[in-house]
Amino acid sequence: MERQVLARMGDGSLVATTRDQIRADLEEGTQAAAARGMMAPLAADELDHLLDIYASSARFTGVDIGAEVVLSKDGSGTPQLGSRIDALYACEQVLAHDTVELFHIDYSYKAVKTIVPFEQQFMKEAQERLTVPVHYGAQPDLGRYSAPDGPCGNWSELLPALKIDEARAAQEEAVALAVDDMVYVAESLWEAGADGLNFDTAGAAGDADFLATLRAVETLRARHPEMGIMVGMAAEMVLGTHGRLEYRGTRLAGLKPAGQLAVVAQAGATVFGPAVNTVTTRSVAWNSARALTFVKPCMAAATIPIHMNVGMGVGGMPMHAFAPVDAVSRASRACVDILRLDGL
Amino acid sequence: MFGMDVAHSCASGMNGLRAAGDLVARLQMAKGMRITQAKRYVADRLGVTPLDLSDNTAMHELRGELRLGRVFETESSYYADPSPLEAKWHIAELLELPINSVERFRAGLSCAGPAAPATAKDRP
Repeated sequence: MERQVLARMGDGSLVATTRDQIRADLEEGTQAAAARGMMAPLAADELDHLLDIYASSARFTGVDIGAEVVLSKDGSGTPQLGSRIDALYACEQVLAHDTVELFHIDYSYKAVKTIVPFEQQFMKEAQERLTVPVHYGAQPDLGRYSAPDGPCGNWSELLPALKIDEARAAQEEAVALAVDDMVYVAESLWEAGADGLNFDTAGAAGDADFLATLRAVETLRARHPEMGIMVGMAAEMVLGTHGRLEYRGTRLAGLKPAGQLAVVAQAGATVFGPAVNTVTTRSVAWNSARALTFVKPCMAAATIPIHMNVGMGVGGMPMHAFAPVDAVSRASRACVDILRLDGL
Repeated sequence: MFGMDVAHSCASGMNGLRAAGDLVARLQMAKGMRITQAKRYVADRLGVTPLDLSDNTAMHELRGELRLGRVFETESSYYADPSPLEAKWHIAELLELPINSVERFRAGLSCAGPAAPATAKDRP
């Protein structure tokens, strides 16, 4: 009888399985991405390496000495660490973050706009207390611009009613408003000393959300050549909630990580963060193989650093707020070993 | 935070101010440098190998010597180490990389006479 191995599911639960089952999960995971993304599956030697990582009985694993990468941390800090600035300082001094990110709990550029002078004050203080780069981050969050929260029509209601033109017009109206807000907030935090801006979960509300992000980045790059700009995605595929939107001739709906990277780089970002969502009913081995397959085409094409999203529910990580270290360390190592990422 | 941040830092991170992860991160974010290029750039500036950049025992001493800022703990007292803005000033010089907060700090020093040079090579 084959020896049992403990493994994680995508929801974080611990299950008993076998090395053969993990191998099967890895193969199914990469094939699932290859079929959905119309891309090549992982190579046999890559799957073998993943099998060694995921079938290990070790509680913790890590990359080889010397193969470490930069960890750009979104949303740094936690309430137990004191004030927001104290938390950033603890992240630098105690937790050894390579970068930290000041953020507001309502992680939306639209929401932050109303309190931006106070965020500027926090940024100024953070810059005086920390040595590592302090970024500012929030989400484009285009849905906030639709009724009842915002002034535009609600495309999530218009589309099911088959009011396609109205839905598209509402999204186009929202894009213009979101670009203004993102540029305003970003420039305000840059003025307060930020080392860079993070546009996190871009495309969460679909192709219009992504277009707004690209236009904001383009504007900021033109005005601030020195500004560090990171764009992190929401998913492995851009949803076509509008369907016809393009950026410099590229249709945004349906873009996968390599296509997302191309337009993000064109817009002028300096770091790109692909995201592949976790399927909670499958093992983390299956999810890791699937995520790596989706992101792999980015690596050869990249002209800017790739910091893959490997947080809660993305990049082969369990969808659990309190992630187990065995799953985190395996996903962390798998991403760096297989993809030769620039960061996470 | 324990499961996510600490685990990632230990499994694959460059460990920020404990080593030289913050310096490599600055090159990536400001200049869009890929990891190999950014590590090489920082290593050359520090006079070490890329392998040393994640070695906290090597980098702790070097950061102290070059006044780039470093971590401290209960057993250590680095009262003469630079303040964060001073450390970032030195980092900007070392990497020949303008740092936004340093530039703004320097711009506010008008009462202290002419602004200091932006980078080491600008020095007379």
